[in-house]
Amino acid sequence: MPLTDSLRDDILASVPSLRAFAISLSGNGDRADDLVQETLLRAIANIDSFQPGSNLPAWLFTILRNLFRSDYRKRRREVEDAEGNYAKTLKTQPAQNAHLEFEEFRVALDKLPQDQREALILVGASGFSYEDAAAICGCAVGTIKSRVNRARSKLSAMLYVEGAEDFGPDDTVRAVIGGSGG
Amino acid sequence: MTKEVKSQPNNPAAPRKQGGLNAEIQSRIGHQLRAMYDDVVRQGVPDRFAELIRKLDGPDAAAQIDPTAKNDGRD
Repeated sequence: MPLTDSLRDDILASVPSLRAFAISLSGNGDRADDLVQETLLRAIANIDSFQPGSNLPAWLFTILRNLFRSDYRKRRREVEDAEGNYAKTLKTQPAQNAHLEFEEFRVALDKLPQDQREALILVGASGFSYEDAAAICGCAVGTIKSRVNRARSKLSAMLYVEGAEDFGPDDTVRAVIGGSGG
Repeated sequence: MTKEVKSQPNNPAAPRKQGGLNAEIQSRIGHQLRAMYDDVVRQGVPDRFAELIRKLDGPDAAAQIDPTAKNDGRD
């Protein structure tokens, strides 16, 4: 459809959540904003292929996610120090204790496999349905559900179970079980 | 996660099944996830993006800024 003023407004309204998604994916504010810019350019360049009445945020998230994936493959060998970059993008710093917990959470999230991290964010933070998240990631609904469950189990093991830093898949299960009593 | 979980007899606190995390931990994870995300959402639209969207007339203008943009981002 043509780029009408109302479509322009709708795209603009999606920018804050596109940025949040990009930052959660990349863990790096500067790179995230580059991703968002590229997403907007692609969206507008290909606006003719957007179906009126379909889910605009899901369409934009799909573009961003695909850009991130191809970009990630290119940069795979580059060593990045994303540590602390996320915090710099925040305007308000939480109080000290809360900030520490927040930082731990972000670090744990970064350790998740990419598939699981994006599924958890789309469903748990962006508020997409499992069906929309599956469409965005190009996979089955059941796959999204299992990725979200695995992401939650791993985060729980990393954050709320002592001594679970060096866990593999087996240890995750054990840590979840071992930690559930205390 | 297809490996068999070692059985833990006499451990009533063990999750009923994989992914059956205790509700409190699930809610903490959900809360932190949204707090992190919403912190960015609340920053609103940075000027650079508002300007970009305002000045782009349509597909041709976007393709001029980034000639590689003229596909749907899939590869």
